[in-house]
Amino acid sequence: MPARDSMILRVDLTAGSFEHRTLEQCAVDRWIGGRGLAGAFLYPRCTLSWDSPDMPLILMAGPLAGTSAPTSGRMCIMSRSPLTGTVGDCSVGGALAFQLRRAGLLGIVFTGRSRSACGLEIEDGSVRLEDASGLAGRDTRELRGLLSGRGSVAVTGPAAENGVLYASVMVDDCHAAGRNGIGLAFAAKNLKYVCIRGSGKVPVRDPARLSGACEQIRRLMAASPVIMGEFGLRSMGTGALYDLMHARGMMPTANFRRTRFEPAPGMNAPALKRLYSTRRTGCAGCGILCRKVGAGGVHIPEFETMSHFSALLENDDTACVVKANDICNRLGMDTISAGSTLACHAEIIGRRLPAAEILALLEDIGRGRGGGLELGSRRYAAGMGRPWASISVKGLELPAYDPRGAYGMALAYATSTRGGCHLRAYPISHEILRRPVATDRLSFSGKARIIKIAEDANAAIDSISACKFSFFGATLEEYAEAVSAVGGIEVSAQDLISAGERIYFRERLMNQANGFGAGDDDLPARFFREAGTSTAWMETPPLPREGFVEALRRYYVIRGIDECGLALPSKCIELGIDAQAEAADRL
Amino acid sequence: MKDLLLKYDDKLVRSGMAEPGSILLGGLDDSVTWNRIDPLCPGLEEVLAGLSVNSILFARPAEPYFSMISLLAGEGAGMIRPSDCETRTFLHDIPVASGMVAPELIHSLRRRKSVVVPGRGVVTWGTVSPEQAFITFSSVCFACFVKFFSDCLEAARGRGLALRQRETLALATSLLDDLPAGPQGLAQGPFTTEAEVRNAMAEAGLRTVELRLVDSFFGNISYLLDGILYISQTTSSLDELAGAIDACPLDGSACTGITASSEYSAHVGILRGMDRGGVLHGHPRFSVIMSMLCGREGCSGRGSCHIRCPVERLVEGIPVVPGEVGTGPYGLCNSLPRAMEGGDAAMVYGHGVFARAGGDFRGALGTMLDAERACRTACLDLLGSSPSGGSGSRG
Repeated sequence: MPARDSMILRVDLTAGSFEHRTLEQCAVDRWIGGRGLAGAFLYPRCTLSWDSPDMPLILMAGPLAGTSAPTSGRMCIMSRSPLTGTVGDCSVGGALAFQLRRAGLLGIVFTGRSRSACGLEIEDGSVRLEDASGLAGRDTRELRGLLSGRGSVAVTGPAAENGVLYASVMVDDCHAAGRNGIGLAFAAKNLKYVCIRGSGKVPVRDPARLSGACEQIRRLMAASPVIMGEFGLRSMGTGALYDLMHARGMMPTANFRRTRFEPAPGMNAPALKRLYSTRRTGCAGCGILCRKVGAGGVHIPEFETMSHFSALLENDDTACVVKANDICNRLGMDTISAGSTLACHAEIIGRRLPAAEILALLEDIGRGRGGGLELGSRRYAAGMGRPWASISVKGLELPAYDPRGAYGMALAYATSTRGGCHLRAYPISHEILRRPVATDRLSFSGKARIIKIAEDANAAIDSISACKFSFFGATLEEYAEAVSAVGGIEVSAQDLISAGERIYFRERLMNQANGFGAGDDDLPARFFREAGTSTAWMETPPLPREGFVEALRRYYVIRGIDECGLALPSKCIELGIDAQAEAADRL
Repeated sequence: MKDLLLKYDDKLVRSGMAEPGSILLGGLDDSVTWNRIDPLCPGLEEVLAGLSVNSILFARPAEPYFSMISLLAGEGAGMIRPSDCETRTFLHDIPVASGMVAPELIHSLRRRKSVVVPGRGVVTWGTVSPEQAFITFSSVCFACFVKFFSDCLEAARGRGLALRQRETLALATSLLDDLPAGPQGLAQGPFTTEAEVRNAMAEAGLRTVELRLVDSFFGNISYLLDGILYISQTTSSLDELAGAIDACPLDGSACTGITASSEYSAHVGILRGMDRGGVLHGHPRFSVIMSMLCGREGCSGRGSCHIRCPVERLVEGIPVVPGEVGTGPYGLCNSLPRAMEGGDAAMVYGHGVFARAGGDFRGALGTMLDAERACRTACLDLLGSSPSGGSGSRG
């Protein structure tokens, strides 16, 4: 791969120095890009504290970014999670990856800590650090305005400055790198923002082949009702899932004590579309445009945010839901963790939070007056002597799919390397959305293998930096064709999944090095003891513990880890991970 | 897992795609489960080990598929390239291996969903369910059936059929069953309650499958009642519609239809202006074959017939329109409703037949049967192979 395809910018924020380094071909071949390659930089230092100056903060694009490949404009941002201590990564959209590739870079690796707040500005070959100390306290929307005209912009808000453990990074105004507190990783380096503008062209070895692959991908996306249908992501945004989760009795309500929220039908995506006259927007080069913006530029919440700021908090005020999303985005906080932490708080104090109190608490958290809520639900609940009220896995709050309604999702939450995350395996795809075909959502049969395959495939997808939504239609078969066309190296779908397995296994190794084991691959006890909300036509019983434990056991066998959740040496050798640890230091 | 394996074993047999006892279906969780034990299992487990999948299927297709696939496998330099919608959208192409050798099968299956082993059978896989392996196997059989006849029609217009083509055609023709004169036993409409609608849709879907008017048991079906379109869910099997029908309010007040059929928009367009009625969509093979037969010499649109066609075509009196699955710029939802303004049926190039139902599904299924019967007769006439009887198929 020529230099332009694999150039990494290393930024030492302590010294204020830069270095351009071309990756060795073997690193790109093994780790692809995006999440895989970012992990290669994190691995040698993964046991450092998240706020150590030597802890890297990595922004990494994938090989397809900047090309015509559909939905290929995702960027991985990775460090060690301040919230959970696990691998901390986010796939974020906008134009950041697109501009980075056009500026001739595949990634940026930050180390060190700036003496005062700073911003990194890249314009093609020009790189400079700017003083950002005057920007303290500004919200992300204000910053976006101040930095307009400088290309794609990633910024943190007041929440990161104030130590909120679930602080986010906002990219190009409405795209959040939300989970794991990655915004606080920026703050730990005194890095306030990153601006990137590029004008170059990303080289493509075989343009005709890429064009053919793109045609196949677009055809499959058009054929997918979930993506392009009248009720799909393009038309309604991710909020399209809201009605379905309610209909399936999977809508987490009252901090996961119930699974149906009666006002939901009046607060759904069509209601938001009507109330806010929404229009489509999205990432660079994307034909789906799943993000929705209302009149006056108001951000329309995504599905998780809609659900958590309504059902999870028993809040039937739609305007409050939209406002809560706006506050989180402006202050730079993850909406899932924020909503879930408030729900945990409501359960502990024993009363429902009125709309005004929800908004006031969010403002307080982001402005440094959180009273412990800024620590996330696990630490907050433990501090209040009610640890069971935190509905989280490995300290990361669960998103808006109640696992009692989808057993694959239950297993996937437990095994996710970044904690309670729906995206590592996303079994909702087949358990609810019937893609590629429907599976029995109330059964663990076969799910161990299915989850493992999906984790590996999604690790590959995050590494080529494609959007997972594309895969409600297309498959890695078509994307492998695109990767082959761009890089000029023959890659099959199964080659990508094999790389994904290596990437996922290495993430488990990093967590293992930080003390995570089988005891952490579990769900809150509530799901095994308490039923969801049953109706006359649908039962939602507690998760069967025995079935879950057996599925987890099978997963360990398939993944190549022992009953303690620790990597088998033979699997490490098979995947060549140890040798890679040494190589990673030289990246 | 075992239940699923046996279910799709049975479906392959019932659909006439494979003979009883010729099917091997393996499901993989932490260990492999087979539908039956066979000396080929260890070799297929070797293939499984080389892939990241959860199920594998190997079967010898029943006749006439086996002969058709064998013939096509010998012609294409390691690849079969059908041009029907199913292949264009999902299969892309069908690799051909030189033998039942694990490394070679693995090599092909790491890239594609299926591989043909000449003289032996077809191997396919799934990542979440053996159903995917079943669907791909069915698609390969369907695509090769269509390509075989399309190739024969092409040859008949030019140099004439080769010997193996003639032999295979004779075999295929001899295996065609009669199609019934009309749909029997379907509920009479109009339907006035949701329960009646759901039952009628399930019944019509099952009958469509029994008549082998779809491949992979797909196709879709809908019925409009009181401003709500009841429509089969995406990837649902027409013979298993209980619990797989979405109720979609046409006022757009809910998104529960996100799991509705890819052709939801086309169904809505076809039913626009109606109070009650439905749509039945199947993939009758001879209709698909004839929809792709066009004699226009030197046509400027050649090669892109599936997305645009410069002329208005009729096959056996039924309009044929271009259009791809779903709602994209070339989606059939743009072309189909207009084509059905003047009648109750239309064909989509290389894809299948859409038939509008009035108060119930008897008319729609009858229309589809009539279309298929006419297309089969026309096709066999062109090939000089008209059987003495009618034209059903148990192949």
